[in-house]
Amino acid sequence: MQKMGKQKNKTASFSFWNWVIASIIFRLILIYFPKNLNLASRPEVSTPLTSFRRLAEGYWLKQLSMSPYAGFSFCFFFFSLCPTFFNFFFILIRQKKEMYLIFLVFGYSGSMYHGSPLLLSLLGPLTVKRIEGQPNHLLYSLVSVIADVVSAILIRATGKNLRLAYLRSLESLDIVQQTKASEILSPGDAAALIYLWNPFTIVACVGLSTSPIENMAVILCLYGACSRLVPLAAFGWVIATHLSLYPAILIIPVIFLLGCGPDAPPRKLFLQKNNKEEVLSKSKLRLGFSWRPITHFAFWALLWSAYVLVLCGISLKQFGGLWEMFKSTYGFILTVEDLSPNIGVLWYFFAEVFDFFRNFFLIVFHVNILFMIMPLAIRLHHRPCFLAFVYIAIFSMLKSYPSVGDSALYLGLLGWFVNELADIQFSFFLFCGYVGVSLLSPVMHTLWIWRGTGNANFYFATAMVYACLQIILVVEGVSAMLNHDRKLRNLATSKPQDAKS
Amino acid sequence: MTLLQRPLLVLLLLVTHHLLQCWIAFGSVDEEGQKQEEFNEELLLKPLPDRKVLAHFHFQSSAPPSTSNGRHHHLFPKAISQLVQKFRVKEMELSFTQGRWNYERWGGFDPIASSNAKPPGVELWAVFDVPQHQVDASWKNLTHALSGLFCASINFLESTSTYSAPEWSFPPSSGNLRYGTLPREAVCTENLTPWLKLLPCRDKAGLAVLLDRPSIYRGFYHSQRLHLTSTGSGSKGTDSGIILNQALTVVLQPIQPNGLRASMDHASEKHIQPSWSLSSIFGKQVRGRCVLAKSSKVYLQLDRGLVAELKRIHKENEKSVANGLTSENFWSYPSFELSANPDRIVIEENSLHSKSSSILYNFQVEKYSESEPLDLGLTWKIPVVWLCQSAPLHSSRFLMGSGNERGAIAISLKSTQLREGFMGAFADNERCELRVDVFQVVPWYVKVYFHSLQVFIDQQPKAVSDVIEKIHVSPSKDKVSPGMMEMVLKLPCRVKSAALTIEFDKGFLHIDEYPPDANQGFDIPSAIISFPNFHASMFFLEDGSVNKSPLLSKFQEKSPVMSYTEVLLVPLTTPDFSMPYNVITITCTVFALYFGSLLNVLRRRIAEEERFLKDKATKKTGQLPLLLSKLSAKLRGRPWEPPHSPPSTSFFISSKLVFKVILVAGLAVGWQYYFS
Repeated sequence: MQKMGKQKNKTASFSFWNWVIASIIFRLILIYFPKNLNLASRPEVSTPLTSFRRLAEGYWLKQLSMSPYAGFSFCFFFFSLCPTFFNFFFILIRQKKEMYLIFLVFGYSGSMYHGSPLLLSLLGPLTVKRIEGQPNHLLYSLVSVIADVVSAILIRATGKNLRLAYLRSLESLDIVQQTKASEILSPGDAAALIYLWNPFTIVACVGLSTSPIENMAVILCLYGACSRLVPLAAFGWVIATHLSLYPAILIIPVIFLLGCGPDAPPRKLFLQKNNKEEVLSKSKLRLGFSWRPITHFAFWALLWSAYVLVLCGISLKQFGGLWEMFKSTYGFILTVEDLSPNIGVLWYFFAEVFDFFRNFFLIVFHVNILFMIMPLAIRLHHRPCFLAFVYIAIFSMLKSYPSVGDSALYLGLLGWFVNELADIQFSFFLFCGYVGVSLLSPVMHTLWIWRGTGNANFYFATAMVYACLQIILVVEGVSAMLNHDRKLRNLATSKPQDAKS
Repeated sequence: MTLLQRPLLVLLLLVTHHLLQCWIAFGSVDEEGQKQEEFNEELLLKPLPDRKVLAHFHFQSSAPPSTSNGRHHHLFPKAISQLVQKFRVKEMELSFTQGRWNYERWGGFDPIASSNAKPPGVELWAVFDVPQHQVDASWKNLTHALSGLFCASINFLESTSTYSAPEWSFPPSSGNLRYGTLPREAVCTENLTPWLKLLPCRDKAGLAVLLDRPSIYRGFYHSQRLHLTSTGSGSKGTDSGIILNQALTVVLQPIQPNGLRASMDHASEKHIQPSWSLSSIFGKQVRGRCVLAKSSKVYLQLDRGLVAELKRIHKENEKSVANGLTSENFWSYPSFELSANPDRIVIEENSLHSKSSSILYNFQVEKYSESEPLDLGLTWKIPVVWLCQSAPLHSSRFLMGSGNERGAIAISLKSTQLREGFMGAFADNERCELRVDVFQVVPWYVKVYFHSLQVFIDQQPKAVSDVIEKIHVSPSKDKVSPGMMEMVLKLPCRVKSAALTIEFDKGFLHIDEYPPDANQGFDIPSAIISFPNFHASMFFLEDGSVNKSPLLSKFQEKSPVMSYTEVLLVPLTTPDFSMPYNVITITCTVFALYFGSLLNVLRRRIAEEERFLKDKATKKTGQLPLLLSKLSAKLRGRPWEPPHSPPSTSFFISSKLVFKVILVAGLAVGWQYYFS
């Protein structure tokens, strides 16, 4: 992945915007492709949480004044009474007054939609709106494309920000000369182009899943924290958590980012440096941990979450309220109820595991994400952006309904660290593994589901390999980053000796 | 003395007379009670156009609402009355069916086809007379009771994912209705025997004698029904009256005796309908009535289409032969021959939708006895071809798509040729519309996308709002409730074909949720298509005895024409059933790999760092560990050694290890002690 990004970036460094426009055109070509390549129904793209068809179903039910999740509702809909609102939904040709369409709705609603009610209100109308002569879901696809481009721009800005901070810290350590040689690329451009041109991102965007929007919220949060826009960071964090729960753990890197600024070499180095050379002005770097932005962040986060909850509460007022929403979004994520195949490993595990142990394993798997938070935070606290990348990679690997959209996010963020992770181990092996899995997995799925010649184990095996690849990527990434820090320290500590000798 | 004795005697006589009168009075009350509890048995036979014979047994037992009888019944089955009292069932119908009613050939418009043709397997619906929140509990208990009563797995209908509560599309519309089906239930003699047990004569006497197991299960269609209605309030603790209708419908293929076949020439044999008799189709004869039955009748019904055809043949013959037969008594014309003389011939009163009316031949079973059994037979003389009257639209349902990921259900409605005749009545007004009600239940693992509903009329896609007047969906909830869809369609009268399609995703189940033969597939229960504008009823003008025949009065009930569609078989993907251990171990290994290797990377220090830290520990910092090690050395009474000397550290570590082991063991012991 990384090498690919590098290669692309070599040619792209002078014309970043050309490549962005090219990627938009490429997406549009795919959108206009006949039948949309049927990407919307691929298990890799549409999980029960991000599926476009489920969103459309939820919107349909909501239009019939039924709860998109569950609950008890009884209502009549007189379409002739409010034709202006529904004219794009059902075209009424009847002129006579008594021919209004009565939708009588009663009973428990289904377990189809598990996303946020806000998405339903914002994106729902786009699922049914059609323009003559254009692809069916053009407007919705355009929203995804815009979300992708915005994410890429934010990634680029954050990457530049990171780069500046990094260079400044190197300057303060006086080791710019040694590291200069290894710099090839601007990490912001690299990350943005990796994100835009990653096949996973393209597939998730063209496949009408909601993950581009979720990714955008995460990136918004990181961008806000990096550029110290506390309200924006809080907004991104609240929305990302609201949409898919797992980004909640990003609060730790965000706190580090706000508290002590973007990624830098270990603080100990500066202290040593300062001990040795008292001349170095402290004004260049803030070494302390400032609590002020954090209290700001907490305030804004509370405000935004209250706002989001109120909005959800209003839109779900007649459908059982917020409790139903939590039950069928977060509850659905935490108790892996839907066992349809995806690129993760949990679906098959919970389809096979004995019922007696189900709860135990649910706890074990979710705690696995939480267990790693503390050790990583302790070891990587000086690099909050990298910490965020590792967290994102971990939860998109271990989440209950992973999709390629989640992988696209962390692979894009990987571009931020091209220089630091230049000497990562197994990078070629990982690249080949990703390519191999993304080719084999659809084949195995076809063999199992469509042709009936393979069985579930074939597909599960590719999911297993994919999980292993992501594990190797995370582990090697962390190890490479720690090694890079060691290298920096060696440079910083050995430099005076070198100068003497 | 004698004078004195006489008045005493008179008094005694008076007293005894009084007592006797009382006795007689009591007796008469008893007799009245007995009279009110009735049992009727009837059998209707009908030749079908495709060389088959329909036999429809109908047994009706009724118990009037009464306070005097208490819990005792003379004829009425106690099990059923207890069921009704306990669960407060207002109306209930249970049917066991094998085979599928052929709506095209056997008709879909007459009362037998419309209300007696049932979907394969078990179908149960019940209306309860209890408050809304108790309905589900009553239903659960009812299913268990019926399951025990009929030796069937009706108790599977107890789980909420198998039954639904239709609002208005199912005919006895009521808020307390529950409806459930088990399409895969195998129906056999073990279900028939308890059903027969409810009859007062069982299958020992009367018409039920004909129910010879091998011959009725050989048939093409077999459906046994139990329908009960409780009348009266039953609010004051009194018994409510119950009417129990038991009906058994079989479609049998008459076996032609070899001799007969040989006598016929081959050319006419091809077209001529097979001749049959009770003994040839059932292997038994009726040897008198059940003595407890109030009435015992056998009917032979000639279809409307058949009668029309016979009339036509008769007219042709009249022209050619020109004999003195009038058209009124053409049924005595020898196009066929009956082996027994009918006691009465009844003609259908006014058939609304048809040109001709059907004919019933009535046979009283009382006349026949052991020595002179009734062996009703029908022998055809000339070939006759006719069609049964079918429902306005012929409905069928099928699956679309391939693969195990998704698919679509399609319900197609096609107009039948016979419709033109009775459509004529409505054709004159301009905005003639045909109303069709659709009721469809889908199990939760067939995840229906209701927004993908599409309507096609005459192969042209139409806007949903143009055709569907009213829709009510209740989406499925995973493992909790099935999806249900009720629709009212308004189709133009001249419609040739209409189709509804709806897409679904196939669900993936836990391995325990698959049935033993998982690869066979899962059933989607039949959809019910009803035509509320059309009523399947027949009026037979009988000389004052209409009220006495429950079967004929049942025929008179105005019920909408209904038909059931096919049961669909959806193959679902299966996981590997032999894999649970492998999957658990492999997945856990991957998780361990993640956890272990990441933790290892985080705590790993390369050699240089180790040395650096040790130096630091010894030189600058680390006062506390140094002190501790000194202290421990003092305590042990040994000279203190610098910690980096190998033997000392190893000993120190081992002692630490021992301490840790003891700590853990202590904790374990404490835990054990505390919790036991």
